[in-house]
Amino acid sequence: MLTFQNVSFSYETGVPVLKNVSFSIGRGETVGLIGANGAGKSTIMKLLLGLLPCEGGVTVDGVAVNKKNLPLIRKKLGFVLQNSDNQMFMPTVYEDMMFAPRNYGLSREEAEARVDRVLEQLGLTELKHRYNHKISGGEKRMAAIATILAMEPEAILMDEPSTALDPVNRRTVIRAINGLPMTKLIASHDLDMILDTCDRVLLVSRGEIAADGPADEILRDRALLEANRMELPFCLAGPSRERPGGHIER
Amino acid sequence: MSLAPVVRKMRMNNISAAQTELREMDALAAQASPIHRLHPLVKLLVTLAYIVCVVSFPKYQLSGLAVMVLYPVVMFQVSGIPVRTCFHKLRVVLPLVCAVGLLNPFFDRAPLLYVGTVAVSGGVVSMATLMLKGMFALMASFLLIATTTIDALCAALRKLHVPGLLVTLLLLTYRYISVMVGEVAVMTDAYHLRAPGQKGIQISAWGSFLGQLLLRSMDRAEELYQSMQLRGFCGEFYYADPAPCTAGAVAYGLICAGLFLTARLFDLPQLLGNLFV
Repeated sequence: MLTFQNVSFSYETGVPVLKNVSFSIGRGETVGLIGANGAGKSTIMKLLLGLLPCEGGVTVDGVAVNKKNLPLIRKKLGFVLQNSDNQMFMPTVYEDMMFAPRNYGLSREEAEARVDRVLEQLGLTELKHRYNHKISGGEKRMAAIATILAMEPEAILMDEPSTALDPVNRRTVIRAINGLPMTKLIASHDLDMILDTCDRVLLVSRGEIAADGPADEILRDRALLEANRMELPFCLAGPSRERPGGHIER
Repeated sequence: MSLAPVVRKMRMNNISAAQTELREMDALAAQASPIHRLHPLVKLLVTLAYIVCVVSFPKYQLSGLAVMVLYPVVMFQVSGIPVRTCFHKLRVVLPLVCAVGLLNPFFDRAPLLYVGTVAVSGGVVSMATLMLKGMFALMASFLLIATTTIDALCAALRKLHVPGLLVTLLLLTYRYISVMVGEVAVMTDAYHLRAPGQKGIQISAWGSFLGQLLLRSMDRAEELYQSMQLRGFCGEFYYADPAPCTAGAVAYGLICAGLFLTARLFDLPQLLGNLFV
């Protein structure tokens, strides 16, 4: 469904952000994209979405990501931004959810039926006519996911879906993600969430895929994670306490 | 106790108030009165007709113009929008509009009419006329935006074949204003938290403050735009296309236009007065 074939990318000449990256994500897979800050996770997502120029090598459902194919690619992919405020630009949740279906040519009635269906699926019916600026951070994140689901994409990409959420809202988002049947690529530093949602993990480090394998395996590999500026998920590492001098006591 | 926290709180409230005011317009427009339910194109055309009629009154025809107050009065009543809200929102613009004719009494001193034994010069009458014209036009415009969502208004403009680029620009400007105000609020809070007791933002910080504001707004605007592109936006909004124009809405438009025209062509207060004199 999503393929990277020897893709290199740099924002500035001579400073590569991605170096010869290759991977393939099958239809229906849920894959976690993990890595330290600046490792290249967001760049991978932006290349998939065609938000950054790319000279071949990236395909979505067999279609090469290039300027000509962008409308088709973007119809297949939904992207949940890290900052929901930047995603929800219409006054109400309903209007925001109607935006994509209407852009894709659905009639008002069809779009509204789809919006109702998605809201019911996520248990958000009471949010329908609420103003975006009046809902809480957790509700906004769920609404942002709902706006993307209203597109009925074949794959969904999420950038840090659990940041800035309290434990209950975080759990709600995890349940919602697990309930989605389509292909999912989730970039996050929240390794516990990745463990709860993903079957497979791609570990990106210094612009390369440092590891690609089952989530349960990679997220238990303390040496691998620490070598790539990450730590074991909290649920696997147990409680820890940072001591003066940088010593971590478990 | 230092006054600094109080000062900071007041400043934060000012920007928050500006943000709230922007959002209040959306809330007003989303109500469900009969006026709100009218087709936006009809409302737009009626408002345009009203403004054209008001502006076309001769400068000394104060009595004829006064009748035009009936339109906003009826609209306020039926739409349920408080007049107070209108004046509160227009508090910055209204004085400017009223100031337009302030010099007229100095240039046009010839007596035009007498109130009892007091002579009223042409300048005073034309000043009052100008003020009323400005006020009525502003009130009508306010009523239009307070009873019509920006999307519906844009849809109406597109129906009038206003170029898509202009309409999209209008819509996005409206949306981005709140984004920018939000950034200002965050930045001023950050500034005042590290500059307690300071009144306003120091001149020396204006350059970097404005520069940062521009960069941050551009970043957010870029991300918003990307979010729109990723959801199928390609330059043309599929605006909230309203329900088809009903016969009732057309009748409302025609009746309003007829009444405006009657008020414009006949000095109704004078005619009424003639009945009794």
